[in-house]
Amino acid sequence: MNTMHFITDILFPPLLEGLGVTLRLIVYSVPFGFIAGILIAVGRVYGNKLISTFCFLYTLFFRGAPLLVQLFILYFALPSIGLYLSSFTAAVIGFILCSAAYHSEYIRGAIQSIKSGQMMAAEALGMSKIQAVSSIILPQALRRAIPGCSNEIIYLVKYSSLAYMVACVELTGAGKVIASRYFEYTLVFSIVGIIYLIMTSVVTIGLNSLERKMEIPGIGK
Amino acid sequence: MNLEKADHDNGVVLRVEDIHKTYGKNEILKGVSFHIKKGETIVIIGASGSGKSTLLRCINQLTIPEKGRIWLEGEEVTHHMKEISHFRQRIGMVFQDFNLFDHLCAVRNVEIGLIKVKKMDKKQAREIAMEELRRVGLERQANQYPAQLSGGQKQRVSIARALAMNPTVMLFDEPTSALDPELIGEVLEVMRDLAMGGMTMVVVTHEMGFARSVANEIIFIEGGKILDQGTPHKLFTNPEHERTRQFICKIDELYGKTEK
Ligand SMILES: Nc1ncnc2c1ncn2[C@@H]1O[C@H](COP(=O)(O)OP(=O)(O)O)[C@@H](O)[C@H]1O
Ligand SMILES: [Mg+2]
Repeated sequence: MNTMHFITDILFPPLLEGLGVTLRLIVYSVPFGFIAGILIAVGRVYGNKLISTFCFLYTLFFRGAPLLVQLFILYFALPSIGLYLSSFTAAVIGFILCSAAYHSEYIRGAIQSIKSGQMMAAEALGMSKIQAVSSIILPQALRRAIPGCSNEIIYLVKYSSLAYMVACVELTGAGKVIASRYFEYTLVFSIVGIIYLIMTSVVTIGLNSLERKMEIPGIGK
Repeated sequence: MNLEKADHDNGVVLRVEDIHKTYGKNEILKGVSFHIKKGETIVIIGASGSGKSTLLRCINQLTIPEKGRIWLEGEEVTHHMKEISHFRQRIGMVFQDFNLFDHLCAVRNVEIGLIKVKKMDKKQAREIAMEELRRVGLERQANQYPAQLSGGQKQRVSIARALAMNPTVMLFDEPTSALDPELIGEVLEVMRDLAMGGMTMVVVTHEMGFARSVANEIIFIEGGKILDQGTPHKLFTNPEHERTRQFICKIDELYGKTEK
């Protein structure tokens, strides 16, 4: 069997299917993970003692325990309390919870880097804390958090491959199946690797241009 | 005593009574009281660290004093945190280091309070914001961001931002202290115009030229209390305390006899 034929007829169809799953994992996990990250960061910085402590413990757990263990809990342990998640759902929830923890730390750092005078000026105008956070603090902090959050999103693109461990056949999983059936590890995983590289490159370029577009005139450079 | 009625009748806009504020073990304010009538300007002077900024922040409750009360046009501000937004809208504040919102251009800095706090529609807010920028001579800078403005321009935008809310009283916390000497004049000019136009103002400053020509009253804070107060003429020529004379001399040494 020639290599070209193997790639186009045997390898690509399942890989494309796997890629579709990977893209869906990413598309669901990234925005919800980011939004949850914002909420946790805000809760940590501006919440009362209870909320702030909860947010601290949240990041402690979800950054502290291995993602794979979290996925195993979601997929294999939850059924024991009667909660059955599909492998795709379990993976998405796991990714959202985990990336939220990382995003929240980048965003918290950015919030704390905003000078206290900004909040004071907002409150002096009569804004409530919530108004001040949403229209003054976050627009500035999120801009500063873009590089860190980009980093996390690129990680997520790659660690989405862990979904395979809870039986969600995404890109890496699809590759693994073909590779072991045909004993073509080098070829298959080279191609899989290149596809991840393309995805992370696209994300990197996209987020860089977002960062440039969001740049505040007169600051930076 | 019915202060609400009395203040209303006597034109007292802001009344500060027996304010105490402690940070940790340091009692910064040990019972400060004063009041200001409509259209008056009070200048507050005092050494660095004497609690001038703390006092201004107590007035609009950005800092909560342990003891003491504040009234705005006869309504009590203190102990009414639920309605604090309504009071703050009527108390304009200008900060030493401007605190312009860095992500917003000049005109958006000025209109954001109208839009978010007063819930004004965007078109009307924009008109008022442009009007205020015109008043401080910066309509041509409307679309520039804070980082693109000079210090003097930033401070004028921040004055416009406070004025847009149509406040009853304006608080200035060392509005020219962070400025290069050649930029101080343009800010003082705006403030002088405001005072002449009948705005009620409490100004922490060491610009003695401004104090001399604009203030109805100067208050000297020392050791957490008002040590001396009176007309500029009285404080400059015949203060109660020798300490006041020394301090005013020291200001003149530090800042020069700014006769402007
Ligand atoms: N948030 C704060 N926490 C602790 N100490 C403070 C705080 N704000 C001010 N202080 C202290 O209170 C004193 C008075 O400060 P401030 O009101 O800024 O003085 P001034 O404006 O007259 O220079 C200073 O010793 C300062 O260190
Ligand atoms: Mg001060």
